[in-house]
Amino acid sequence: MAPQLESKTNSIGLDEKKYTGSEILLRSLVEEGVDMIFGYPGGAVLPIYDSLYDGHVRHMLARHEQGAIHAADGYARATGKPGVVMATSGPGATNLVTGIATAMMDSIPLVCITGNVPLSLLGTDAFQEADITGITMPITKHNYLVRSVDEIPIIVKEAFTIAATGRPGPVLIDIPKDVSQAVSTFSYPEKVEIRGLHAPEKPSQIQISRLHQVIQQAQRPVILAGGGVVRANAQSELIEFAEKSNIPVTTTLMGLGGFPSRNPLWLGMPGMHGTYAANHALLECDLLIGIGARFDDRVTMGRIDKFATGAKIIHIDIDPAEIDKNVHTYVPIVGDVKEVLAAANNGLPSADSSNWLSLCDSRKKEYPLQYNDSDENGLKPQWVIEHLDETTDGKAIVATDVGQHQMWVAQYYQFSEPRSLLSSGGLGTMGFGFPAAIGAQLAYPDRTVIAVTGDGGFQMTAQELAVIALENIPVKVVIINNQCLGMVRQWQEVFYKERYSEVDLSGSPDFVKLADAYGVKAWRARNKEEAMQAWKEALSHPGPAVLDFWVNPNENVYPMVAPGTGLDEMMMGDEEQ
Amino acid sequence: MRHIFSVLVNNRPRVLARVSSLLGQRNFNIESISVGKSEEKDLSRMIIVTGGDERTLNQLSKQLSKLIDVIEVKTITETTSVERELMLIRVAAGPNVRMEIQGIIDPFRANVVDVGHDSLMLQATGDRAKLDTLTELLRPYHILEIARTGVIALSREIDKISLTTVI
Repeated sequence: MAPQLESKTNSIGLDEKKYTGSEILLRSLVEEGVDMIFGYPGGAVLPIYDSLYDGHVRHMLARHEQGAIHAADGYARATGKPGVVMATSGPGATNLVTGIATAMMDSIPLVCITGNVPLSLLGTDAFQEADITGITMPITKHNYLVRSVDEIPIIVKEAFTIAATGRPGPVLIDIPKDVSQAVSTFSYPEKVEIRGLHAPEKPSQIQISRLHQVIQQAQRPVILAGGGVVRANAQSELIEFAEKSNIPVTTTLMGLGGFPSRNPLWLGMPGMHGTYAANHALLECDLLIGIGARFDDRVTMGRIDKFATGAKIIHIDIDPAEIDKNVHTYVPIVGDVKEVLAAANNGLPSADSSNWLSLCDSRKKEYPLQYNDSDENGLKPQWVIEHLDETTDGKAIVATDVGQHQMWVAQYYQFSEPRSLLSSGGLGTMGFGFPAAIGAQLAYPDRTVIAVTGDGGFQMTAQELAVIALENIPVKVVIINNQCLGMVRQWQEVFYKERYSEVDLSGSPDFVKLADAYGVKAWRARNKEEAMQAWKEALSHPGPAVLDFWVNPNENVYPMVAPGTGLDEMMMGDEEQ
Repeated sequence: MRHIFSVLVNNRPRVLARVSSLLGQRNFNIESISVGKSEEKDLSRMIIVTGGDERTLNQLSKQLSKLIDVIEVKTITETTSVERELMLIRVAAGPNVRMEIQGIIDPFRANVVDVGHDSLMLQATGDRAKLDTLTELLRPYHILEIARTGVIALSREIDKISLTTVI
């Protein structure tokens, strides 16, 4: 629902036609269709928060700026619309940095608004001054320091345009306090021309014919679908492409949900913790079609010499800089993934892949993801995720932190819809999941939103419990509690001779009591029976919930490919170490 | 392999910082970078001299193009371009060696632009190799200070290349 501006008068009683910079900012945001701001006030944004008092746009008061920006990010990932976050100068702005870098790495559209000290004090090391445009230069798609109140509408318009055009990304607008206090008239530009911003190229018909040609010749083709498919909302085009051409699909962490996990052509996730079927398809294929995937080192293991060595590589991506960045491409197709696939589906031939498909199928059956299903020494985390999947039909929005539980979610939750996995894939940011889930839940109040987190990651942004308690946001927080930093412990076990250095998280609070202290209902479970009961109650509880699931701390994520080795050297379980 | 990029950028605060930050972030080497006004009022031209293999240079050009303040990236080929650098150099030179130095710089078409009691300031233009050579020839006289602008370059009009002689 678009917020309405009812009053033409403003908080400081100026006449109708004149507005303060902060009002101009908010009116510009309303013009952009912003219905939600995530933020935290402070000295340099006092004028903006004063204008917000008039209720132009809904604001979520986080308890830490990092929580605010991850929530804005979760909102953006779930909806596809740019998320908007606001923070004050200095520490407020620097607290956004992790969130900005997180969004940059995963191509998430964000507009970050920071206050700064007045123009006359810029560069004087004034109280709460930080050079946030300088600091965020390498982690934003673009950023602005606003020098005059009259620039505000055009900069806001540009920021939203840049954040959402082509490969999305975060844009930061830094507004000195005197600029948001200055007074001017308001008119919002309908469109802006940004010479240095290039709209995505139209797909080249010649390249698409070449794609058709190589598909026709291929016998062992595979599709590697990445986050670009999700960002471009291209799931149905991808399904049509794969099914018409008879090519199996592996989806990267960022691509999960971009192709339905329950489709028979799906091979699972590839890479470091990928399935046998997916990794061996990448190793042995004669045609690899990368779609909105950037061939990063968690998929290729950085061993290009061992990656798809016998294959022609087709790379479809919106960002020309991704072509030939990590792998050499036989046919590059630059363009919006949805448009390219729609064009490619026209007259798309089928590959001669029936033998290959049955080989892939037999591998899926022979080497499925597996774990020893017992709840003797605590729950099996894999079982927990499977249970979440079964009880939500694979249709919940699941946000994760980073580490073992993230990989188990990726492996065992059967994502069927795009924009349903919210996970920091590129930067790998702990503390991301819970606030991201809040942002997604605010966008979709009626959907089931689960934050799967660990006892480590949860404590990085647990303060946001106050938000879900106060606003009764029904996020379900599932803590995969193994009382340690699981993924680091796993690496220390496997690669550092079991020298467990600083991974013991003893001393963590009782999460049930912690949730209770905030007024959030909570459950603890140590075995399947307790877990099923707790989850059932939590799911039917109309408000927020915290589930403290005690899992077997010795459980490791498998399969695993050791860093520096190729995809052909998969460790399938503990016994192979 | 040495390579020259001609980059048209918005003439706005911090554009140089954006470009050099990107080059550092992506681990590209910069041999020289020079910025000045361009033919368009609101745009500056940046000449970046860098080294690397074909893939690296390709990446550099594409990554630069992604900057919002970058309007256009062109590569300049050494054989079909004019390349210049300006050098100011101050050499210790008492009255007894001034004529000798004049004799060295004449073939380089360098000029004396300041004369002091004990030193001369010289100005020279040319490509990098020429300025390097002149510097080496002057080194025995004790060089006090050097300032160089970095390379600027423009492509020749290809059609007329046969008519153009190297000046």
